[in-house]
Amino acid sequence: MSETILELKKISKSFSGVEVLHEVSFALRPGEVHALLGENGAGKSTLVKIITGVHQPDKGEILLNGEPVHFGDAHDSRQAGIAAIYQELSLFPDLDVAENIFAGRQPVKPGGRVDWRKLYAEAGRLLESLGVQLDLKQKARTLSIAQQQMVEIARAFSINAQILIMDEPTSSLTLHEVDDLFRLVRRLREGGTAIIFISHRLEELFALSDRVTVLRDGSYVDTRSMTDVTRDDLIRMMVGRTISNLFPKQDVRAGDVVLKVENLSRVGSFQDVSFELRRGEILGLAGLVGAGRTNVARAIFGVEPATGGRIQVEGREVAITSPQQAIKLGLAYVPEDRQLHGLIPAMHITSNISLPMLYRYANNGWLRDKVERKATYEAARQMEVRANNIWQLARELSGGNQQKVVLAKWLSTNPRILILDEPTRGIDVGTKAAVHGLMSKLAAEGMAILMISSELPEILGMSDRVIVMREGHVTGQFSRVEATQEKIISAATQNVTIGSIQ
Amino acid sequence: MTAQNPPAIPTSVSRNGLLWTLVRFREAGISLFILILVIAVTVRAPSFLTVDNFKDILLNISILAIVALAQTMVIITHGIDLSVSSMIGLVAMIVAFVMKQNPELPVLFAVLLGMALGTVLGTFNGLIITYGKVPPIIATLGTLSIYRGLVFYYSQGTWINSFELPKNFKLLSKGTPFGLPNMVIIAILVAILVYYFLNYTRTGRDIYAVGSNPDAAQFAGIRKQRITFLVYLMSGLFCGLAAVLWVSRFESAQTNTALGFELQTVAASVVGGVSISGGVGTVPGVLLGALLLGIIQNSLTLIRISPFWQLAAQGLLILIAVISDKWILNRVERTKT
Repeated sequence: MSETILELKKISKSFSGVEVLHEVSFALRPGEVHALLGENGAGKSTLVKIITGVHQPDKGEILLNGEPVHFGDAHDSRQAGIAAIYQELSLFPDLDVAENIFAGRQPVKPGGRVDWRKLYAEAGRLLESLGVQLDLKQKARTLSIAQQQMVEIARAFSINAQILIMDEPTSSLTLHEVDDLFRLVRRLREGGTAIIFISHRLEELFALSDRVTVLRDGSYVDTRSMTDVTRDDLIRMMVGRTISNLFPKQDVRAGDVVLKVENLSRVGSFQDVSFELRRGEILGLAGLVGAGRTNVARAIFGVEPATGGRIQVEGREVAITSPQQAIKLGLAYVPEDRQLHGLIPAMHITSNISLPMLYRYANNGWLRDKVERKATYEAARQMEVRANNIWQLARELSGGNQQKVVLAKWLSTNPRILILDEPTRGIDVGTKAAVHGLMSKLAAEGMAILMISSELPEILGMSDRVIVMREGHVTGQFSRVEATQEKIISAATQNVTIGSIQ
Repeated sequence: MTAQNPPAIPTSVSRNGLLWTLVRFREAGISLFILILVIAVTVRAPSFLTVDNFKDILLNISILAIVALAQTMVIITHGIDLSVSSMIGLVAMIVAFVMKQNPELPVLFAVLLGMALGTVLGTFNGLIITYGKVPPIIATLGTLSIYRGLVFYYSQGTWINSFELPKNFKLLSKGTPFGLPNMVIIAILVAILVYYFLNYTRTGRDIYAVGSNPDAAQFAGIRKQRITFLVYLMSGLFCGLAAVLWVSRFESAQTNTALGFELQTVAASVVGGVSISGGVGTVPGVLLGALLLGIIQNSLTLIRISPFWQLAAQGLLILIAVISDKWILNRVERTKT
């Protein structure tokens, strides 16, 4: 009885005839951090939505404290003490911190009047007990992602959640923020809260979880104690095969300099950034979130043009003031936020891929859609985009597949210089390996790649050279041989101490 | 080591000081604009800045303010109600007809009848949008025509004129028991009510939540559909009240009563800082928005802008107000970081 708090028995669920969960079982104990692991599309999100009552199972049973329960909607599961923090954060951007915590459950005085004083007092006490410092009256819109997560956790805590579900909470956090989050999660665990933790970063699972349940293609694979499994075991369980080499960077002899940046500056974002990028080279751009790395990429690509300094492309000095110009010069930029900048969610795969190169498929302004269709189909096939057909809407794809569409889109422009901003954030191990393999292959074919990444293993594994930025300045340059985790962290943070993930 | 770590969640510094309080006040931009306009107009036409003229302006914007407040609640949920003008037209026609046939009925009856009729129309909008899953702009565009069509059907194209209406009923909007015309007092009461509702009830806060992030609202256990339904229902209710006041004030009900009024209500809301993408909007802002529209209309005549130009000038001033407001807001945002 006290052994398991939540039990799912043989849950099945189909959407429009496609079975996304097949007889999945899952048991959660109080006071444990239970990792839920699987590739994108393995059914983790659906399972979470069934637990929170957003979806209802077609078959199977949910037991809460041994009693069968039925959740009609998210309201019901909240009442039962289940709180979820979703991948896409679910705060109200226009409401302040305190009200976000109590949204839908504001304390009221008799007569139904919202008791604002009590609301702020309780929110303040709650944040204090969690050891989080935030301005209660700040609008959620202006908070950092880490701060937003803290608000979500506070919200979960305020309903005395016995069960807390965290769907990829760390994917956009800096190392430091991850540390704080973990400390908080451990505190919750000690208090008896059962936590379902979803992350693609295996190191995190080893650092934090007690047990792990693995799903593959909508089916239950196994539940194991974290101490009994190795990293390779988990990968094998997830993908059903062994991925031998996660970072398959081949050695390529770097060629001529194709991109040279000298003292590039943009007021308010970064200053005096200089580097060279050669053919066949992958240059890693490391640093903390907010160090100005993305701004540099956006400046080179003409989204937010630089205000000072010089850019040379293939030996010619250029002033890039618009993305159109950058594309013509042979640059491609795969942005960090797929949903926001990389994809048009409401358009289908074909249109997304052909977008930057529409002129190629057009004849006097009229689209020749047969040509377009053929070319984009080919691009999608090469990237192994998993979709029903090329007319599927981009927003219906899983994160990994969306990233593949974005890549297909930019590769179809035949760029000579490719800028990748967090190319594998939030995508599963299998797709990640595929993306890394592709990067390596492109470099071998002579592409020059600038890769921004916050994941150190990725930086270390994929880059021929690494430059590190901090607060808008380049603070370190290392060759592949010189680069180590410690050197990069110290350049990225300098005098700030960083706690390790463990 | 863990214990020595600095707090990773940076404490945000809350700023104090008069200037900060002022710019934090969301309505600063429009207030400033109104002030400048008042000064500019007074220089050209001193008769503008008189108590009588301002009473006149208030009287003129009372109905606009009531309906704009309803429109605001709808827009905060990221919706829009284009049918308000036709709801007013239809309710006005029916109420006027009933009062013409039964002049002995108490005035209060007319008010209640108008509100009830409006509620029915609003409910119909709400049903189409929540159960029919039709986007608000399309649903209310449809009922904009339907309700206007019903005005013609019901009236058979005839008007109801001043002499056909009972005297008490005509006085409803004009009596001045407390120094201010009844209509202004009613508008103020409605504003207070809406202010209280939006800021001090859970349902009111849910309206902001639904508009700010609909998915999150659902996850937070807020019944989104109910909130959506409710704002359209209330829009109908407010239009019903506005219709009764309209008939009483203009002493007639015509087939084209309030034609085109829906755009004025949207303008008052937007000028008052209500975000068309939902989640943002305040009662004081909307009242200032309505006031600005009223002042513009009133002053253009006073400073003798040719009637041929008035409409264009009006639109131009509205655009300038919105742009300068955005500009001020951006400046404020930038100084924050």
